[in-house]
Amino acid sequence: MNRPASASAFLDADIVVRRSGHIVNIALTAEPGDVVAVIGPNGAGKSTLLRALAGLLPLDEGAISCAGDTWDGPATKTPWTPQERNIGMVFGQHLLFPHLDALDNVAFGPRSRGAGRGESRRTAHRWLETIGVADLARRKPHELSGGQAQRVAIARALATDPTLLLLDEPMAALDVGVAMALRFELARHLAEFGGVSILVTHDAIDTMTVANRVVVLDEGAIAQVGTPLEVAQRPRTEHVARLVGINVLRGHSTGTDVRLVDGSGLVSTTPFNGQVFASFQPAAVALTLDEPTGSARNRWPGTVRSVVAHGAAVRVHIDAGAALIADVTPASAAELSLVPGRQVWAAVKATEVTVYGTGADNSEAPLPSRHV
Amino acid sequence: MSRAPLGRAPLRLVLPALVALGFLILPLLTLLQRTPWSTIPARLVEPKILDALRLSLLTATIAIALCLLLGLPLAWMLARVDFAGRSFVRILVTVPLVLPPVVAGVALLTAFGRNGILGGPLRELGITIPFTTTAVVIAHTFVAMPFFVISVEGALRAANQEYDVVAATLGADRWTIFRRVTLPIALPGVLAGVVLGWARSLGEFGATITFAGNFPGTTQTMPLAVYEALQVDFDAALMLSAILLLVSVAVLALLRERWLGQAAQ
Amino acid sequence: MRRAPAGVLLLLAVAGCGGTTLTSESGSTLTVLAAASLTETFTELEGIYEKDHPGVDVRLAFDSSATLAGQVVEGAPADVLATADPRTMATVTAADATAAEPALFATNTMVLVVPAGNRAGIKTFADLDQDGVSYLTCAESAPCGAVAGSLLDLNQIGSPPKSFEIDVKAVLTKVELDEADAGLVYATDAASAGDTVETIAIPGSAEAVNSYLVAPLRRSEHLGAARDWVELMLSEKGQRVLRQAGFGPP
Repeated sequence: MNRPASASAFLDADIVVRRSGHIVNIALTAEPGDVVAVIGPNGAGKSTLLRALAGLLPLDEGAISCAGDTWDGPATKTPWTPQERNIGMVFGQHLLFPHLDALDNVAFGPRSRGAGRGESRRTAHRWLETIGVADLARRKPHELSGGQAQRVAIARALATDPTLLLLDEPMAALDVGVAMALRFELARHLAEFGGVSILVTHDAIDTMTVANRVVVLDEGAIAQVGTPLEVAQRPRTEHVARLVGINVLRGHSTGTDVRLVDGSGLVSTTPFNGQVFASFQPAAVALTLDEPTGSARNRWPGTVRSVVAHGAAVRVHIDAGAALIADVTPASAAELSLVPGRQVWAAVKATEVTVYGTGADNSEAPLPSRHV
Repeated sequence: MSRAPLGRAPLRLVLPALVALGFLILPLLTLLQRTPWSTIPARLVEPKILDALRLSLLTATIAIALCLLLGLPLAWMLARVDFAGRSFVRILVTVPLVLPPVVAGVALLTAFGRNGILGGPLRELGITIPFTTTAVVIAHTFVAMPFFVISVEGALRAANQEYDVVAATLGADRWTIFRRVTLPIALPGVLAGVVLGWARSLGEFGATITFAGNFPGTTQTMPLAVYEALQVDFDAALMLSAILLLVSVAVLALLRERWLGQAAQ
Repeated sequence: MRRAPAGVLLLLAVAGCGGTTLTSESGSTLTVLAAASLTETFTELEGIYEKDHPGVDVRLAFDSSATLAGQVVEGAPADVLATADPRTMATVTAADATAAEPALFATNTMVLVVPAGNRAGIKTFADLDQDGVSYLTCAESAPCGAVAGSLLDLNQIGSPPKSFEIDVKAVLTKVELDEADAGLVYATDAASAGDTVETIAIPGSAEAVNSYLVAPLRRSEHLGAARDWVELMLSEKGQRVLRQAGFGPP
């Protein structure tokens, strides 16, 4: 297992957890100010990672250290409890204490850590103001809307001045519009936050706008790391590809000929020898009812799975051996009478295909820090 | 709202419900109807009756206080701490519940009687428990505690345990979590347990008479006084029963349906 | 034990019926309510009766006389009632619930019992007045309580009992268990307890005697069998059983 060369990373986590037949094995470092988005399909280990960092899940192997403290490791007799680790946590459900008003909810952390009632209330009030919900101070959680409650929850997590902020799909329970507004604010607060933020999300937009780096998990291990742009442009997993909405196929390239996993062939304009990902935008996919006769060398027969509006275009999901996404104009969709179950041909020009190596050792490289 | 949106309540549910209601209320109404109300003011000041009433209220209150002091931590442990043999302990706690009260009294004698496991050594020190008010309190606590613990444990388990997790991430230790999060959220369930326990204690007869005996002023609680009166003076028994009924109703009304209703959530 | 001749049975059945059928008393249940102090003797009499009257199943219920009398007055379905004093029986006859004049069948005197070993060192009845001595009696509403109360007054015992138990058996049991230093019970109870208790005589007990009465009940549906039971109790066989248990003659 590769250990980072800089042994003094601010957050240094090496997490191995075995649970009912699954193994989660993740090595992760971060520096103050980093906002790390953790994405991946369900069951990939995202929640396990968060709970292990929080101290809610014991490590089977590995170590965690943060801000110079060793929270857990081979040498520690008893791992640090969540109370002892200076963390803040925000959940998908706001989980505000129902019997306390917003102010006392936010003041709970400082009070538990020893501050007096007056002092913690003042701190709480400051944070409510920062988050922009000072006028809700006296309201009980059941009197708050979803967005308001989640803002209070964020204030509550930040009020203890944590070194590590963990967010578990904080926008998942909110309406799209509310989530949008909150996302901008959250991006701003996290950018100002001096510690490390780790944000687990299912949302591509969260990833793009809030985070400054992305960790992609799959089956308990890291599948890809990079900046949001890198991951979006060159996804290495089907999950991320679906998330950001581009087509990604695996195969073995010899020169410009790629033999795909399902046996069919693909032609690109990028010579490469070795295991590759081949990606192309949905807009580059042309759909026809009969087998195409044009210059597109790459063509597959398939069945339409779904047809949805996507901005000004129509996004069509096709099952052609691999799952393909095609964007067509509404006029074309009507002309071809695209409905689920329709047999179509999908074709892509070789010039539209981007090819890049799979790089098996990439998944364990340390995340490039903003400060390097 | 004058119309139920889902339609009228079906007869096959309403009818049995009314029968049940009648079944429960009828004996109470006939009791009150047969009670010689005019004699109550004179009888009420009889020392024997005042003693019995005072003793019943006192022992029930002390018993429920003990339930809170000892039973609440037990309920918390059963609901929140994962220890070996927990399900077995849960069963043990329910046993006094299904024990016939007289059997409970016999059990208490074997433990705290003059020749009991604990009572024996106490006897050497000159302390005898049976036939004292302390014995009444012990008997009441013994029968009321399981009601209390089960009610509270249920409320604690139903409450979302994630609040405890949140509080821990905010820096609260387990005692603070219990004091400021778990208990306040489970309060309606605790109150329901208090009402149940208090009521059970007020009506306690078999264990009390077997373990504590029957002496006016010291161990003769209201149920014992009623039983004794039943043998010689039915009117007195009616009167005592009516008084006990009214006192119980008053207490329940004071605690208000709001608290009992919340416990059901 | 002589088997009653069939002819006698038939005669009694004819004599006893008011509205009962003549055909058979077999396959029926005889319900006997009796004071707690009659537990052992009546259980023995049950065996004798069932042997003499095959087909009749005797059911016995023991409780304090006052409780039983109250139940009969409220209409409990029973065939025979036996009480430990005339006072409780009087409430039943006053309510017109008896089918015949109650018969006196035994007497009982009271004694003081102490646990085997007599840890408290009680030698005479007067010792009950000493500091630190705990004793029990029946509640005054029960026949044994009334007699006990009069005996305590007679002997000028000032200190009160620790508890007024519901029935005499409860007093006996608690003394046997050494939960109290002494208890006032019937001579029959002391006899039945055997070695578990020691007995001390009560001055004046010969005068304060409990009279035991038995009567068939008007509500009975087996009056013939009920009267048979009363017969048995007054007969030589029955009296022997009672005497053996410690009861005095009627």
